[in-house]
Order: sequence, then C-alpha cells, then structure tokens
Amino acid sequence: MQLRSLTICAIVFFTAGLAVASFAGFREFIPGLLQGALITIQITIGGCILAVIMALVAAIAKMYGPWPLRWLAIAYIEVFRGTSALVQLFWLFFVLPHFGILLEPLTVAIAALGLNVGAYGAEVVRGAVAAVPRGQWEASVALNMPRNLALRRIILPQAFIAMIPPWGNLFIELLKATALVSLITISDLTFKAQQMNQTTFRTVEIFTIVLIMYLAISILITVGMRALETVAARGMARGR
Amino acid sequence: MFWDWNYVWEIMPQLLRASVVTIEATLLGFLLAAVLGLVLAILRMSKTSWISVPTAAVVEFIRSTPVLIQIFFIYFVFPEFGIVLPAMVAGVIALGLHYGAYCSEVYRAGLENVPRGQWEASTALNLSPYITFRDIIIPQAIPPIVPALGNYLVALFKETPLLSAIAVLELMQTAKILGSQSFRYIEPITLVGAFFLVMSLVAAALIRQVETWLNRSLRNPGGDR
Repeated sequence: MQLRSLTICAIVFFTAGLAVASFAGFREFIPGLLQGALITIQITIGGCILAVIMALVAAIAKMYGPWPLRWLAIAYIEVFRGTSALVQLFWLFFVLPHFGILLEPLTVAIAALGLNVGAYGAEVVRGAVAAVPRGQWEASVALNMPRNLALRRIILPQAFIAMIPPWGNLFIELLKATALVSLITISDLTFKAQQMNQTTFRTVEIFTIVLIMYLAISILITVGMRALETVAARGMARGR
Repeated sequence: MFWDWNYVWEIMPQLLRASVVTIEATLLGFLLAAVLGLVLAILRMSKTSWISVPTAAVVEFIRSTPVLIQIFFIYFVFPEFGIVLPAMVAGVIALGLHYGAYCSEVYRAGLENVPRGQWEASTALNLSPYITFRDIIIPQAIPPIVPALGNYLVALFKETPLLSAIAVLELMQTAKILGSQSFRYIEPITLVGAFFLVMSLVAAALIRQVETWLNRSLRNPGGDR
C-alpha cells in the first residue's frame, strides 16, 4: 500500500508538473535549478554522514559513558532537539564569527543540519540498541567478551537493522531542512528558485519544478533505504 | 565583552512582543493542522479508491517537500491566481497544511485502532455515518493520540522561525533586524534559541504529564468504555 501510493504519487505529480512546465517553456530554468539541486544533494549527503556519526557518539555516550560524557550527550540532544533548525543555523552563521570562528557557509550548513538531525538520530539509536534482546548481552558476558567488543560485534549490528527505517525518515527531514540554507546565502535549490523568481516572475513554473525536484530526491532516499533494509536484513530473518 | 546584559534588557521588550506573534502563528497553524489532518485522515480511509488514492498522494507529497518551499509557494504563487494573502496568513496556512499532512497519519492510526465492533454496533443501531463518526468513533479515537499530536504541536512551534523568510515579524525576524541594526547578533539570536529551548522543554514536560494522565484514565475508564 505504502509503495503503491508512493508510486502513484510520483507519477501523478511528475506528469502534472511536466504538463504545467512544458507549456510554459521551462527549459530555461532547468540548468540553474539543477545546479542548485546539486548543492542541495551535497549538503544532504554531508549532513547525513555527520548526523549518523553524531547520533552514534551521542547515543553511546548517553547510555554507557561516564557521567561527564553522559551529561554532555544529554545536553547536546536536548538543546538541538529543543530549538529550531533555523535558529541553530543562524546561531552558527551569525554568532560564531563574533567568537573569531569564521566558517564557510557550506560548512555551517552541513554542521547545523548534521548536528540537528544527529540529536534526533541519537534517540533512534538509543531505542534500537535498547530493543536488542537482553539475552544477547548475557550471551556475550557468558562468552567472556569485553563490553565494548560485545557492543561493536553483537549489539550494534543487530540494532542497525532496526534503525534503518527511522533513519530513512530522518534523512528526508534533513533533505527538507536543507531548504533553510538558502537563508544563509548558499545557492541551493531554494535559493536558485528565489533568485529566478525575482528576475523572471515565472513563479508558478519555478516553484512547481522545485517542489517536484525535492519530491524526486526524497523518493530516491526512500527507495535507497528500502534497498538497504533488504540487504541488511538478509540472513537475519531466521535468527529473530 | 561577549555578552552585554544592558543590550539584553534593551531588546527584551521587542523580543517579547515578537514572541506573541510566534505563539499566535503556532496556535492558529496547529488549529488548522488539527482540523485539516482529521479531514485528510477520513478522506484517506475512504472506501472509494478515487478519493483515497489522490488524498494519499497529496499527503505524501506535502510530507516529502520542504515547508519553506510550501510557504514560498503559497505566498508567491497564489497571487498569480488572484488570491493575495498577507504574509502571516500565507505562513499560517502553509504550516497548517504541512502539519495537517503529518497529523492525518496520527489520526489515521487513532481511527484504525477503534475496534470494528464499534462500527458494526452503530450500524446495528441504525446510526447515520455522520453521527457514528461524531459520537462513537471520534471520542474513542482522539484521546489515545493526544500525546502524538502534542509532539507535532512542538514541532510546528519550532518551524515558525521559517515565517521570517516571508518577512513576518515573528521572533527570528525581529532578532535578525535587531542584529542588523546594532551588529550584535550574539544576544538576540541566543535569546531566541533560549526561548525556543525553554518553551519546548516545558511543552515536552506537559505532554508527558498529559500522557500519564491519559494512560491512567484510559486504563481505569470509570465504566464508560
């Protein structure tokens, strides 16, 4: 059902968008928008990688770390989940230079979005690790495994599979959040759309094409994560 | 040097006034989202596939494209069709639409959790579908999903800074203007961040409270369920 509605959705909007765009002569917009889309994809990939790293580190620190690390992780998670992504982005962009830290806008974008989504991801990781049956820990203890070896070889690989679907949602959230970086002068898809809108006033076509491009990227993410899920779950089905 | 308390007190009144706009936008947007979500959920659960499939497509579409673009779309594209909206209204509609799509999934889960027997009993009692929905299904479907809806309220609250992109004078926009006037960005933006942090921590605590209260009252329903 989910896949069917997704496919129908893709087809309906693609054709609708194409219809709107084609009789409006959309060709002039496509190259610029594709350049923007490339930046959007770059930020998405960079942000996703940072988010996964931050989530793993924060979740493990929160669960197993000594208390200073645990408190640090809790503070990180609460602060980044409790304030909005745009505020974090502006904070990194406008406030850090006052402390003498000058970063490229692209770096700021990847850092802000990665840290933001990483905080949400930390809870996902924590949930998935907590969902691994206790018996797995007990068996590792019985086999005389040190705790971090058990975590690395036994617990995390099993938690990994449970994490994939929620991570898919988070990656889409991150993709959607990349639209914000247009507000700190990065020429991503949204920025290009704004720019073209101001010069050509072909508002309907431009924003329709942009919406469809975002939809296409997010469908790509969904499909990719589904594929990853089937690959990762191979050989797991019997053990559970 | 880094943090100037005098400046903080100077800008505080303006920021507080702007925070009222933020809260207004949140409440209006969520009201729209709550109503729209229910409508979308009911349409999506319709038996006729030419209603349910397009609704599902629209919901998926709204959910997988950025709110910012949707705000721009409503603000810039609607005037082309002769509908000119003030920035605040356009922003509230966009936020309501986006979170309405999210809420519709929550409602759907709630509606699907109402036992089939309730529908069958209503049919047996010859209640019309409208009465069934209003008096039988909705009262049972809504309470369990209140915490989930609350989470989306907080999420919507955290998205309101996006309205600054279409020049609504809410908290973020005010902070940016103050920053550009004085070239001191540290205080306004940090204060905005702190405001959001405090508000969402409070809201999260409230939701947890409501959740435990609901769990208790749903488990010991006092004989009415």
